[in-house]
Formats: sequence, C-alpha cells, structure tokens
Amino acid sequence: MSAGRLVGVVLVSHSASVASSVAELAKGLAGGKESALVAAAGGTPDGGLGTSADLIAEAARSVDAGAGVAVLVDLGSAVLTVKAMLAEGDELPHGARLVDAPFVEGAVAAVVTASAGADLDAVEAAAKEAYDYRKV
Amino acid sequence: MLVLDAAFFRRWMAAMAAAVDREAGSLTDLDSAIGDADHGSNLQRGFAAVAAALDKEPPATPGAVLALAGRQLISTVGGASGPLYGTLLRRTGKALGDDAEVTPGRLAAALGAGVDAVAQLGGAKAGDKTMLDALIPAVRALGESSFGAARSAADEGAVATVPMQARKGRASYLGERSIGHQDPGATSSALLIGTLADTAEADA
Repeated sequence: MSAGRLVGVVLVSHSASVASSVAELAKGLAGGKESALVAAAGGTPDGGLGTSADLIAEAARSVDAGAGVAVLVDLGSAVLTVKAMLAEGDELPHGARLVDAPFVEGAVAAVVTASAGADLDAVEAAAKEAYDYRKV
Repeated sequence: MLVLDAAFFRRWMAAMAAAVDREAGSLTDLDSAIGDADHGSNLQRGFAAVAAALDKEPPATPGAVLALAGRQLISTVGGASGPLYGTLLRRTGKALGDDAEVTPGRLAAALGAGVDAVAQLGGAKAGDKTMLDALIPAVRALGESSFGAARSAADEGAVATVPMQARKGRASYLGERSIGHQDPGATSSALLIGTLADTAEADA
C-alpha cells in the first residue's frame, strides 16, 4: 500500500439513488468511518436512469488519493462505459480499475477493506470474493 | 480514385446526426419492443453533441474527427450505445492515424479494427442480434467492393436480425420473445453505414 493513503471506491449505477444508497450502506457497515473514500456516480446528469461518463470521471477524481480507485458497476451501459473509459486511458485517474463484483455485497466488502487501509489488489479481491458467498 | 479527408468525415458525421434525428422515433419504437425505449433519443442526443463539437473546433485529420466523435458519444449518450458507438468511432479513428487523407481501403481496414473493438467490449459475436450483425457484413463489403455494397450489406444485416434471439443486453432477458423484432442497434448501424455511402456517393 502507498504510505497510509486509502484506495478510493466509485459506485456506478443506472440510478442515482441506488448508487448513493449503496455508498451510504457500505460506509455505515464499514463502521461509519469518516475517512472512507467512497463516491456515487448514479444515473445521468439530468437525473434520469442511465450512465454518465462525466459523473464517473468526477467521482473517481474525488476519491483518488493516489492509492488507486476501485470502480464497481451494476449492469449494461455502466459496465460498457467504464470499460470504454479505461480503454481510452486518460479519462479516469491512473490506477483506476473496474472490479468484477456483485454491486451491493461487493461495495460493502470493498469499502470495509479499503477503509482498513488495504491496497487495491486486496480491495479488488475482497469485492470479487463476494460472488462466493452463497445465500442458500 | 476517391480520397477521404477530414471534411469528408465531418460531412459523414453531420449526415448521421441528421439521419438519427429523422429516424429517432422509429429507432425508439424498435427499442420499446425489446429494449428500454431510449435508443432513438440517446443517439439523437449523442450525434447532436458530435455535430456541435465538430462545428466548434473542426479537427484537421480523419482520425481526429472520429476520435472526437467517439469521445462525445461516450460522454453524452447515457446508454450502452454510447460506449459501443464511441468505441467503434474512436478505435476506427485511432487506426487511421494522423494522415490527412485516407483511401476507402484504409477506411475499411480501420472500420474492421473498430468493429473488433466493439465485439471485444460487448463480448458479442455475429448472430447475437446486435449492431455487429449489420457492421460485420458491411465492413467486409466495403473492403471487397464499394460503399454502395456496404450499404446494402448493412441493410440486409439489420433485417436478418429479425428472426434471431438476442444474446446480449437487456433484450437477452426476453429470451425467445426477442425473436421477430429487428434489433435497434443493427438498425442504427445500418444508418451509420448508409450515411457513409451517401456521403461518398455525393463526392463521387
């Protein structure tokens, strides 16, 4: 990890309220840590359902402390937009990474791990691991 | 022989913006059958932003025109068609490099790279009822024959999606109920190739 700097987490959903509620949930379950670097990028700038590259880029910049940024997405255009932005190379901060994880459970795992000071690989691993927790 | 410069590519993008404007209603109707009824309005917003950006600061090379157009689509569309069309144009532009003029053969090869990037981004292949079903045959026809042949191949490719079952995107949740509808993405891709052919034929 980079000298006490925290990994940022960006939550991208088609819905602004889903993104912000999941961010709130994850921060709450991380012990309400003030220091957690989490940003929501939900919906389109006009408040509709969809994905906004501008909101994603802004959210990623806001949580980038130099230790990397884990980006979690819900589906469809959220996945494709982040992938297309990463392919371009200059729209997201250096060290931003799309993390393949279930949105809610992955977000909680990522934020808890990141706020404990883990590095980007560990945050990604924790979020991905959420796929393995079967419910029945 | 027809040589394509930056002005040609700007005319193509302007023609596409006009075509999407004209067809927005019917694209959205197709999308309301198997998608979320926003394809027409999303592309209308995206290509209007493309046309405005190209008017404001016209790039000097074909590659730069398509790169700027692709970037605008990714940042303004709001649906999956943004990153998909954005990647198509951006990767095509990148493949054209910094040359001031390109031949139709160069464009066909560059579009091939763009189509490959779209397939990789979306994880789709021919027959999945997507924009690739219009683009793949169109790019092949452009490489082997002419702009007119590319237009026909794209139109036929779009119509050929009617009996297909959707394997990608929201339409795939419908399973067999997606059969019998023409794919909106393949339809708008046929417009993109059609406006390219119109622009080339107006120059010839």
